[in-house]
Amino acid sequence: MIEELFSDYTLRTVALGAALLGVVSGSLGTYAVLRRQALLGDAISHAALPGIALAFLLTASKAPVVLTLGAALAGWAGTLLVMAVVRTTRVKSDSALAIVLSVFFGVGLVLLTHLQRSADASQAGLDRYLFGQAAALLERDLVTIGLFGGVALGVALACWKEFKLLSFDPDFAATIGLRVRAYDVLLTGLLVLAVVVGLQTVGVVLMSAMVVAPAAAARQWTDRLGVMMALAALFGVVAGVGGAVVSSSAERMPTGPTIVLWLTGLVVVSLLAAPRRGLVWRFAADRRRAGRLRLGAALADLDALAVRHGSLEHGHSVSVLELTAGRGVGRSLAALEERGWAQRTAEDEWAITEAGRDEARRRRGG
Amino acid sequence: MTSAQLEIQLVAVVVAVACALPGVFLVLRRLALVSDAISHAVLLGIVLAFFAVGDLSSPLLLVGAAATGLLTVFLIELLQRTRLVREDAAIGLVFPALFSVGVILIARFADTVHLDTDVVLLGELAFAPFERFVLFGWDWGPEALVEMGFVLALNVLVIALLYKELKLATFDPGLALALGFSPALLHYGLMALVSITAVGAFDAVGSILVVALMVGPPAAAYLLTDRLPVMLGLAALGGAASAVGGFWLAHALDASIAGSIAAVVGIEFGAAVLFAPKRGVVALARRHARQRVEFAEAMLAIHLLQHEGTPEALAESRVDHLDEHLRWERSFARRVVRRAERRGYVVTTDGRLLLTDRGRALARTALAV
Repeated sequence: MIEELFSDYTLRTVALGAALLGVVSGSLGTYAVLRRQALLGDAISHAALPGIALAFLLTASKAPVVLTLGAALAGWAGTLLVMAVVRTTRVKSDSALAIVLSVFFGVGLVLLTHLQRSADASQAGLDRYLFGQAAALLERDLVTIGLFGGVALGVALACWKEFKLLSFDPDFAATIGLRVRAYDVLLTGLLVLAVVVGLQTVGVVLMSAMVVAPAAAARQWTDRLGVMMALAALFGVVAGVGGAVVSSSAERMPTGPTIVLWLTGLVVVSLLAAPRRGLVWRFAADRRRAGRLRLGAALADLDALAVRHGSLEHGHSVSVLELTAGRGVGRSLAALEERGWAQRTAEDEWAITEAGRDEARRRRGG
Repeated sequence: MTSAQLEIQLVAVVVAVACALPGVFLVLRRLALVSDAISHAVLLGIVLAFFAVGDLSSPLLLVGAAATGLLTVFLIELLQRTRLVREDAAIGLVFPALFSVGVILIARFADTVHLDTDVVLLGELAFAPFERFVLFGWDWGPEALVEMGFVLALNVLVIALLYKELKLATFDPGLALALGFSPALLHYGLMALVSITAVGAFDAVGSILVVALMVGPPAAAYLLTDRLPVMLGLAALGGAASAVGGFWLAHALDASIAGSIAAVVGIEFGAAVLFAPKRGVVALARRHARQRVEFAEAMLAIHLLQHEGTPEALAESRVDHLDEHLRWERSFARRVVRRAERRGYVVTTDGRLLLTDRGRALARTALAV
């Protein structure tokens, strides 16, 4: 299968396109996820539709560059509208996004159906933006993806410091005189570019996953923006190539959804396994912390019993200790013995040691 | 107007009203995008239920799809509760995944499933009159109309019965919990309504129009009123109007009905944003302009009062020197003076402004002395 990746022309093109797309949408999606605008990608991809239809209507060209440019303009107009509505009215961003998404899409649908019924020119090639047809990617599509994506990435890197500030502390950015609104519009524009270049590969509905998933997965592994962006790009590439390979090796496996499932898998693994933040890690840490707490409690109990009996050697039965420390006290006692803080005086009877008493006193802060 | 046209419009109106009612609560609870997630994710439910039942017209499909809607909401909340991803990202992760599984299943078993992803996304209202609902040898109308009629009745019933609880849980979930209602239960109840509505509507109008109808009219109504019952009524009305308007727009353009309805929803919302009586952009701009002149008027009165009876009063009160003293644009100064004259705050004699008693009162009120 790996050989095919290099020998099979179609597969190579698709995999390369998906990988390029993964890099672009993964790295720019990082900002979207950090700025809680994850669903902006969804809105942009839907809002792009009328732009594609209008671009075709005005230029009668189906060149990917022309259509992508139309998509970008419409998507950008849509996001500016969302921002304007949120700023000037009391309508919240979720409603504004949903309205722009569905209304723009509806208008695009009107234009497309109108085109299909009135013009005799074939519109094949426009439909593919709806659901994406990665398998139909050509070299000229790669050029489009590379061109737009390269520009978007280049600008993002050039404005690294500004975008970083804007994402993490917009108020501070405004105080030191950064033109926050302008950079906001610019960054959103770059996201628009990233989204529209992906439309014909994975389609309108699944494009939002391309923006959100790599960044959401990468977020789990690091707290540094640069690392997160690089990881997101990497995840995007892995999912893109993985999706292309799987869908070409199995029959009737559409590429877009396969890529999304790869991404979902990466997200799930990241959520579970990432060090420190991951659920497995957190579960283990919780267990360790609970164990330490129980150990301390058992030590304190033994100490209190020793004080009351006025003797260190007097053993106390496990069942007495279970009354306060619960059923799992056996494990805590074994751990105490290992540290030399408790000793077994008889079968099922335990007493605190000299070292244990010192430790208990230290823990009490005495 | 043919009977088919009438039936299509009827279906569209029923769908619109059925969507607008639960949509009001989605907009108020800032869950508008959940409608987007649910309306896409139900595709998987429809496919799975179809595999189980083998019949595309079975009511079990509705149940299966509604269950997927609830699963979507549950997964989104589960993700959020890990605190590893935020709400927006959680939504953006869950529904594409479920949708993808649905698309792959359809693609792999395309021979057995007569389901098209196009139809789910886009819908085709124009076909609604062809599928008839026949029971006891009697034609009860288009299947979509009967189905959505049930959904609408269900929505009205549930919202009417749980009106008080929904209202409380929407505006003050803390109080609702304290009073012993279960916000979580109400939340899932509402989401069940949204899911059922989305499923019922999808084959008539497609999932994108479901989003437009669930969010657009309620958001427009939100700009027009502060009262929940009025908002429900306005949203239903706005939805119905966009359904009828959209139908005729589609007719005129020979284009997709669902798309046209969404476009009209957009026009309605845009009109509300611009022209809503109290909150519209135009009303806000007019209010700001009026406040600016009113403030200037008070400034003028104070200015005149300060210099009244002093040696420099003669110079300070000349109309054509106001722009110097108050640093106003000449045209603005003239406008303010004219308005103040009209209201009887000042009188002009020999190019000089004199305060009237009313003007003095205005200045004193403004200075609060």
